[in-house]
Amino acid sequence: MSKRKVVVVGGGLAGLACTMKLCELGIPVDLISLVPVKRSHSVCAQGGINSCNDQTRQLGDSEWLHLDDTVYGGDFLQHQPPVKEMAYWAPKVIELMDRLGVPFNRTEEGYIDRRRFGGTLYKRTAFAGATTGQQLLYALDEQVRRWESAGLVNKYEYWDFLGPVLDGNGACRGAVAQNLATMEIRSFAGDAVVIATGGPGLIYGRSTMSMMCTGSAASRCFQAGAKYGNPEFIQVHPTAIPGADKLRLMSESARGEGGRVWVPRTPQDTRPPKSIPDAERYYFLEERYPKYGNLVPRDIATREIFDICVNEGLSVEKDRLCVYLDLTHISKAELDRKLGGILDIYEKFQGVDPRTNPMKIFPAVHYSMGGLWADYEANGDGGLQAGSPRYQQTSVENLYAIGECDYHYHGANRLGANSLLSCIFSGLFLGPCLQNKLNSQKGTAAEQTALLADAAREHQERHNSLLQRTGGSENPYLIHRELGDVMTKAATVVRRNDQLKAAYEKVSELHDRARSCGLSDTGQWTNQNVMFTKALLDMFPLAKAIVKGALQRDECRGAHYKPDFSMPSLSATDPAGQRAEAEQWCDRFEENNRKWLKSTVCSYDGNHPQITYEDVDTSSVPPRPRLYGLVGADMIEKVWKERLAKSSAQPARV
Amino acid sequence: MIKDAYGHSVKSFQVRVQRQDAPGAAPYWQTFNVEYEPDMNVISVLQKIATMSRTSTGKETTPVAWDCGCLEEVCGSCTMVINGRVRQSCSALVDRLLEDNPREITLQPMSKFPVVRDLVVDRSRMFRNLQRVKAWVPVDGYADMGAGPRQSRGEQETAYPLSECMTCGCCLEACPQFLKVELERKPNESDAEYKQRCGEAYDTEFLGPQAISQAVLFNAHPTGKMMAGDRLDALAGPGGIQVCGNAQNCVAVCPKHIPLTTSIGRAGRAVTIHKIKQIFGGS
Ligand SMILES: Cc1cc2nc3c(=O)[nH]c(=O)nc-3n(C[C@H](O)[C@H](O)[C@H](O)COP(=O)(O)OP(=O)(O)OC[C@H]3O[C@@H](n4cnc5c(N)ncnc54)[C@H](O)[C@@H]3O)c2cc1C
Ligand code: SF4
Ligand code: SF4
Ligand code: FES
Repeated sequence: MSKRKVVVVGGGLAGLACTMKLCELGIPVDLISLVPVKRSHSVCAQGGINSCNDQTRQLGDSEWLHLDDTVYGGDFLQHQPPVKEMAYWAPKVIELMDRLGVPFNRTEEGYIDRRRFGGTLYKRTAFAGATTGQQLLYALDEQVRRWESAGLVNKYEYWDFLGPVLDGNGACRGAVAQNLATMEIRSFAGDAVVIATGGPGLIYGRSTMSMMCTGSAASRCFQAGAKYGNPEFIQVHPTAIPGADKLRLMSESARGEGGRVWVPRTPQDTRPPKSIPDAERYYFLEERYPKYGNLVPRDIATREIFDICVNEGLSVEKDRLCVYLDLTHISKAELDRKLGGILDIYEKFQGVDPRTNPMKIFPAVHYSMGGLWADYEANGDGGLQAGSPRYQQTSVENLYAIGECDYHYHGANRLGANSLLSCIFSGLFLGPCLQNKLNSQKGTAAEQTALLADAAREHQERHNSLLQRTGGSENPYLIHRELGDVMTKAATVVRRNDQLKAAYEKVSELHDRARSCGLSDTGQWTNQNVMFTKALLDMFPLAKAIVKGALQRDECRGAHYKPDFSMPSLSATDPAGQRAEAEQWCDRFEENNRKWLKSTVCSYDGNHPQITYEDVDTSSVPPRPRLYGLVGADMIEKVWKERLAKSSAQPARV
Repeated sequence: MIKDAYGHSVKSFQVRVQRQDAPGAAPYWQTFNVEYEPDMNVISVLQKIATMSRTSTGKETTPVAWDCGCLEEVCGSCTMVINGRVRQSCSALVDRLLEDNPREITLQPMSKFPVVRDLVVDRSRMFRNLQRVKAWVPVDGYADMGAGPRQSRGEQETAYPLSECMTCGCCLEACPQFLKVELERKPNESDAEYKQRCGEAYDTEFLGPQAISQAVLFNAHPTGKMMAGDRLDALAGPGGIQVCGNAQNCVAVCPKHIPLTTSIGRAGRAVTIHKIKQIFGGS
């Protein structure tokens, strides 16, 4: 057993994959998590996990095309070496999960069955019923339990990570955390600390995420000096079930299995949906995007649904925005076999059977492409250098970030079923990198007793002063609701600079108010009130980064859509006119990329995020315009290909 | 809108909560008055209670502590006893509950686990029991060794429902044979020491349907099977399958509709064969 130790914060797919790999390498792990790791948010993932596979390969698919779809879907904003490595590992990741006992759905012959997800033309997605995330998480949880029995893992469940422990050189030597039951605060020595704490959905009040997805852990690292990348890229999922406490996801697999999105052509048609004849239904995705139909990428589907309801006034209901997602043309047996779980959710929470009635859905905040900035080391082949200690290291030495809380892999927009993959891949790949890191270190973090004790004491003092602040005038739960409203209005589907400016002011004001929140519980035992207030306070730095990042980025890219800066369709009808317009279009596209094909990198000055921009590594797949649904797309594509061919000796592989 | 027995629309309703300040402390009841809104569930009720932190008589109080996560009945966090019945609070819709009793909803913590505070209980025993039955596939390692064993659709369809168990504990709350084990913490006992002592106490008590069903799941897996003997030993040992009185309460309350009694039947037969083999000089 190694004498050095790693602290892993978060036991979702990323944290657990990393933990089990480290144990296999003989490195002991302290695993800290807000909730028992088996209850992590990853259980919510329904749809599946992507990889190129034997079936798709024979239709022309390859790992290269998986890379290509991923960066094209992400509007080229992601550094390509990590994506390339992930795409090439994907088949191996699924084989490993299969060996670990994940009950993937099977074909008649006993092979892993696949379905198609948005943003690709291939059936790459492996799935286990409608609870793929749960099944993957359980398989990893079981392996970690095995290592726990063997004595390599110590779990600290119901512990809240309060911040990294930094030494005089600014390097991380451990973590401070607090027990949610006893309220004890202590330091954990860690020669490396891995943050795997998932997404920040609660910043938006209600989202598709679980209640522990506050983003607080990432924010605490951000406030301690770690940089944060691409905050403004927040994915809004096109299909969620609007609810009072949560916006429950209706997985993209509902469309993958043939679900059709439509609205009645007559606004707010009062007839029951089944009695509206086909000719009077507007299947707007199929009509507007004949090639991809209902399976256009998420950002496009979201905007179209938003547009249909908000701009065209075709919402199914008057008081509540929604469209139909219809599965009723598929046999009940097939639906039960492939989508049983998610249809049960709809039925359970809405009281209506989606096998016989079209569902009502609307977009909801779903995923953060941005996250803690993290490094990587490319190899000569466009992929990653295996075992590099730089892989996924944040801007703070010895502090790493993986999973939804880092900023890699998904660029400006994540493709469905790629996140489970990126979480497991990065956890596994990081193991040997950390081993090399630990081997290169002198001394151990455990020797830093004074440093560790000081850090714990500092957090204890902060905690005590928070508890003493009784009689504050503000209610943390109400401030949280206000924050959610502001963020949802200004920083989701459609973004405008005036709204974003106002939102930044409002968020800052709420931040100030939150600092004088009164506690209704000042006890020292399982005090959820004080822990919530802490998490709330830590939502603001990230909320500010999201809004400021969005405000500054004057363009449209992936999930970040600013109509004032959108690229126009072509208007000319004659070939020569079209050609000239397409040339201009491409000039503008190039110009925009020179300015904005850059990651946003934020640092925190104690009150505001400061933003710089970083070039994006597009060494494998040269950027090209995303032209879904644009008039004149063919001509633009033609012109663009000619330019690419001219500019590179090597022809672009499209 | 929900109506009461006299046909009046319900504008607000009472929520009676069984509270407890700390482990071992005496439980007490508090009542809260909650304004009715459409589409509420017990989670949104508890959120409202946390926001107001006032009882129905206007007395200031601390927010009720409770556990929740996914809010879509898949993480298993939010189990509690609602109107006398154990279930997930996220899927307990207020409209349905008020149909039974338009006046009042009662919330209690599960009784088979030590209370941490209010509605939060300590279910670490369930995870410990998964260690007892070695609920994992014993792969050689995490290197790339190619695909897993080929499995038929039928095998997948048998395994999948068992694999949906979210460790919520409803089945254990309902099981008459599964009894509470609560150890008081000694002064100056460290976390690790206390955890160790609890673990040892759990290890001879009834496993319960959840862990038995997981043992069955892994004994059916082509690779998991390779450790079937170890799991059957655990099922045959103290607190094993023989404790089950076949009351079938467990299967009736499982929110995931896991066929627990089928699992228990399969486990029972396997243990019998295992014992016979041991007597006749098998492994
Ligand atoms: C409803 C839904 C459906 C989805 N479906 C799919 C899908 O089909 N395919 C796909 O690829 N992706 C899907 N996604 C996305 C995917 O599920 C997530 O991105 C992924 O599971 C994140 O995993 P993770 O390991 O990064 O973090 P999580 O699973 O979120 O785990 C975070 C961990 O960190 C811990 N933690 C958090 N904060 C703290 C703190 N302060 N202190 C201590 N511990 C902390 C938590 O306890 C938890 O253990 C879906 C997402 C949602 C919301
Ligand atoms: S069948 Fe067995 S396990 Fe299930 S409730 Fe009855 S005694 Fe408990
Ligand atoms: S078997 Fe059912 S009731 Fe028991 S813990 Fe699992 S999901 Fe819950
Ligand atoms: S909150 Fe996850 S099961 Fe209820």
